[in-house]
Amino acid sequence: MVRNTIKVGMADLNVTKAPDQLTTLGLGSCVGITLYDGVNKIAGLAHIMLPSSKEIKNNDNKAKFADTGIEELIKSMVAIGANKNNLVAKIAGGAQMFNFNSNNHMLKIGERNVVATKEKLKELNIRIVSEDTGGNFGRTIVLDSTNGSLYVRTIGHGEKTI
Amino acid sequence: MLDVENLNHFMIDILKELGNIGAGNAATALASMISKRVDMDVPNVRILEFKEVAEVLGGEENLVVGIYFELTEDLVGNMMFALDMDSAINLTNMLFNREKKNSELDEMDISAISEVGNILASSYANSLSSLTGLKIVISVPSISIDMAGAILSVPAIQYGHIADHALMIETTFEENQNLVTGNLFFLPNLSSFDKILTALGVN
Repeated sequence: MVRNTIKVGMADLNVTKAPDQLTTLGLGSCVGITLYDGVNKIAGLAHIMLPSSKEIKNNDNKAKFADTGIEELIKSMVAIGANKNNLVAKIAGGAQMFNFNSNNHMLKIGERNVVATKEKLKELNIRIVSEDTGGNFGRTIVLDSTNGSLYVRTIGHGEKTI
Repeated sequence: MLDVENLNHFMIDILKELGNIGAGNAATALASMISKRVDMDVPNVRILEFKEVAEVLGGEENLVVGIYFELTEDLVGNMMFALDMDSAINLTNMLFNREKKNSELDEMDISAISEVGNILASSYANSLSSLTGLKIVISVPSISIDMAGAILSVPAIQYGHIADHALMIETTFEENQNLVTGNLFFLPNLSSFDKILTALGVN
């Protein structure tokens, strides 16, 4: 069986069918949002940078934001045969890489990205089955489209499959 | 307002020159700290798509040390001093003049590296400030040792608010025995760019 691993960059998204994998490397404050349709074995991954497209004028790149990124991801998955009612979510990332004693809310962006992601998924009635978010470290994630498992690798904070 | 996607050659040259002056002073500061010659490349003005940003420091999963600063007041933006793990270890061995070399970073090393970053970023900012007459306040350093992609996501997100590209003025330093290579990034917020041009009398 030949398995391809498709890389998703920052502010980007992609979808695939079994047996391929989707990966995003070195997630920091961004959030990796994965959706999976276990019936049709279709997987999707979005690497979002910011919580909301509504706060920003320049919002052409839908994959940049939690709200439009999730919508676009679902659309792309449905386009290759997924059923929206089958989708479940797993999320990872949203770390705070640097610690400042300032009240600059930008630096809490990781946390805000996670909150916005959860709100949007709730609005769309998509259940979050597992997550690995927060902390102050980077993560690489790999989504397996044969079973929906999400592998999380870090430097110095272990690895796990969620 | 100017946007990152539409900078002309003239503006890029100005950014490059700012980088040259700032980094030149930082290189001198680094050389005197380690008592060795430090070479510096011509600054590189990089306008990158977000998916390219994470690859800048040798690949997304490359273990790097990043020291991050916020700039506020007249000139707003960020600075980051980044170096690979070997360079960081070699640098601290030089700073402490160790006979018996450490092979990893201890707490003292991390604190020292952080201070080196602080001195470099401050001398960079000071020279920009004296050149332009603009007031620049630099934050205390914050250090992270982790995957390059994760560290670079922080400045990328700052640009995410205004553009689909990140602007990085990058200078590479190299200690002359090739043991330490570091990158200093200056990431100006483009709302400050008009002020810079005016201050330089070219607007």
